[in-house]
Amino acid sequence: MGELVVFVIFAPLALVGALTMVAARNPVHSAMGLLMTLFSVAVFYVSNNGHFIAAVQVIVYAGAIMTLFLFVIMLIGVDSAQDNQEVLPNQRPIAVALGLALLGLVLAAGSQGWVPRGTGSPVNGTIENVSDELFGAWILPFEVTSLLLIIASVGTIALAQFRPRAIAGDEADESAVDGELV
Amino acid sequence: MILNQFLILGAFLFSLGMYGVLVRRNAVLVLLSVELMLAAVNINLVAFDAYLRDAIAGGQIFALFVITVAAAEVGIGLAIVLLIFRNRQSANVDEMDLMKL
Repeated sequence: MGELVVFVIFAPLALVGALTMVAARNPVHSAMGLLMTLFSVAVFYVSNNGHFIAAVQVIVYAGAIMTLFLFVIMLIGVDSAQDNQEVLPNQRPIAVALGLALLGLVLAAGSQGWVPRGTGSPVNGTIENVSDELFGAWILPFEVTSLLLIIASVGTIALAQFRPRAIAGDEADESAVDGELV
Repeated sequence: MILNQFLILGAFLFSLGMYGVLVRRNAVLVLLSVELMLAAVNINLVAFDAYLRDAIAGGQIFALFVITVAAAEVGIGLAIVLLIFRNRQSANVDEMDLMKL
C-alpha cells in the first residue's frame, strides 16, 4: 500500500519534470525538469528495494551528469530560440492520432497482468548484496563496462585536446589552432 | 507490489524522451532527451527485478550498467557537441549537414 502512495505522489512529479524538459524554451529549465524526473525515478528505485541503485542514480545522474550538462549549456549559450514550423503537410494531426493510438495500446496492455510473479525471496538491493552479485555472476560485463569507460574517457580527452597540426608541439602558431574539424 | 503502473510510467517517459529527440533542435537538448529515455528504461528494469524477485538481481545490475554507459555516452556526446559548436558556432542539429550530398 505504501508503495502505491509513493507512486501516486512521485509519478506526476516525474511526468511534470519530463514535460518541462521537452517543452521549456530555456535549456536550463529543461535541465532542471530532467533533474526532477531523475530524483523521482530514484524514489521509485527505493520503493522497489533498489537502495544502492537509487544512490547511484542521485550521485551519478543527478549529480555528475546533470552538472556536465549545465556546464555545456552555459558554454554554448542559452539563447537558442527555435522555430517549430513543420516541413511535412498534415504532420500534426497524424502525429496526434498515432500518439492517441499508442496511448490506448499502452493503457490496454497495462490493464492486464501477463507476467507471473516471482516466487523467490524479495530482492535485496543493499550495496552488500548488489556487490556480491556484481562481482560474482556479472563479473565479465562489469569488466567490459570498465573497458568501455576507459575508452570513453580517453576519447573525450582526445576530442577535447584535438588540434589539427598540433603534433609539431606548442611552437605552432595560433592560426593553426582554430582549424577545421577533420 | 505493483508492476503495471511502473511500466506505464516508463512508457510515458520514454515517449516524451523520444518526442524531445525528434523535436528539439539544440544538440544538447537532444542528448538530454536521450537521458530521459534511458531513465525510463531503468524504471522498467528495476520494477521487473523487484516483481520477478530475480535471484541474481539482474534488473538492478542492468540498470547500473545502463547508468554507466549513459555516463560514457554523455561524455563523448558533449565533447562532440562542443567541438561542432567551436567549429560552426552553432549547436543546431538541422545545420549539421556536413555529410549530406
